[in-house]
Amino acid sequence: MAASRPLPRLNPMNRAFWTAGAQGELRIMHCGSCGHFNHPPQPVCRNCLSENVSPAAVPGTGVVDTFTVNHQAWFPELAVPYVIARVALDAAPGVTLTTNIINCSPEEVAIGDRVRVTFEQHGDIFVPLFEKVS
Amino acid sequence: MGCEVYITGVGMSAVGQRLQRDPLLLTLDALREAMDEAGLTIEQIDGVSTYPGRVPSMGISPVGVGEVIEGFGIKASWRAGGGEITSQLGAVVAAADAVRAGHARHVMCFRTVYEAAGIARPDEYPPLPREELDGYRQWLAPYGANSAANWIAQYATRHMVKYGLTREQLAQIALTDRKNALLNPRALVRKPLSLDEYMSSRMISTPLCLFDCDRFTDASTVLIVSAQDALDEVSCTPIRIAASAGSIERSSWDQPEWMACYPTGRALWTQTDYRPEDVDTAQLYDGFSFITIAWLEALGFCDVGEGGRFIEGGHRIALDGELPLNTFGGQIGAGRLHGFGYVHEAAVQLRGKGGERQVPGDPKVAVASAGAGPLATALLLARD
Repeated sequence: MAASRPLPRLNPMNRAFWTAGAQGELRIMHCGSCGHFNHPPQPVCRNCLSENVSPAAVPGTGVVDTFTVNHQAWFPELAVPYVIARVALDAAPGVTLTTNIINCSPEEVAIGDRVRVTFEQHGDIFVPLFEKVS
Repeated sequence: MGCEVYITGVGMSAVGQRLQRDPLLLTLDALREAMDEAGLTIEQIDGVSTYPGRVPSMGISPVGVGEVIEGFGIKASWRAGGGEITSQLGAVVAAADAVRAGHARHVMCFRTVYEAAGIARPDEYPPLPREELDGYRQWLAPYGANSAANWIAQYATRHMVKYGLTREQLAQIALTDRKNALLNPRALVRKPLSLDEYMSSRMISTPLCLFDCDRFTDASTVLIVSAQDALDEVSCTPIRIAASAGSIERSSWDQPEWMACYPTGRALWTQTDYRPEDVDTAQLYDGFSFITIAWLEALGFCDVGEGGRFIEGGHRIALDGELPLNTFGGQIGAGRLHGFGYVHEAAVQLRGKGGERQVPGDPKVAVASAGAGPLATALLLARD
């Protein structure tokens, strides 16, 4: 288990997103009626108002939409600097995840970089993080 | 169209950090100043509006509508306060709508911030919860993206890569703010800032450095919104709310491609015959400097992507430039008044009361904005 970070409180709606890493999966709420992906997860599709929504495993690959290198120590347990990025998921059009890009130095991150998900376990919670695809 | 609606009295308390004065009394100081300017008494105030309502954590908003009505004995025929509106200045838009509809004649709109004091006194103003995150923070804080600095910085990064915005261009917001703040006796930061200091200052969240960020402030700002048919009770020059717009395409910090200021800025001009070139001074949100560049683009003062080049060198947005910007120092210079300072300053300027910082040439039209994304509000203000 990695060092601590602020963690969410699990509930029926967010549980799939925050725990599916146990199966190595990234799950995004998907509409069975129109195919739209909804994030953050909610019990209705914002595109068609269908309630036929459920978490669906998607390939954990994407592109760095934009990013910042954070230098301010907001949380003592998170060593600075670190990269905060918005990752646009390949298989979930319109969904971007705020995340960290890890396993490289901050100088190596650029908009357009191809990245893939990796999970960091904190008990039941598996935080989706991303690393560059070499 | 119903009756026109006006900003009449405006007022501000002392502006500082770690003030000891009770935040309700700071609110009273600002209200007294606003009522004095307008020639109104407390008996004539019949509406109260605020943003985001009472949020004691960290002194974010220690005074709500309830405290004000109780505290000052206001008999309000209309009231509203909450965070789920189109940003800080959504409180002014709501008041204007209420006045137009006849629910009230003189609405006290206020924003009281106590964040410097609140952080210094955690027993009274507890910090936000760190664990068991809920709501929108759960999607950001686990990644150490705890501040709007991080969220806005990512939009700024994209502007640099996509449109060529440079740090030297971005610096012009902070440099202009700090220069103007020197001429504002109530500004929080009254020290010159050089480009060298800016360029060598420490990064908070790239590309935003320390000087791109406003600072926690203790202050209250009051804006009185009055009905046209109540202007005979008012002794100050009324400033007409010529147009307003507020837009939330998504209520999310990280899903939309563009900050909410872009659709808001475009929507403003659909409400009025004025055009951007009619604006004599712009008072645009600068909680983080990049936001101001986004607003300049959003409001059509320049094309999308051209904001950096528009302010290059700072001459155009200087006090004697073609579009004097944030003449009170903005939040970066004057303190984090949280949205209300821009309307306050617009009223000061349009009344010719700017003193050393008065915009030359008898300005008649100003634009003021608050927020950026996901919350944004723009107001067009005119002296007839």
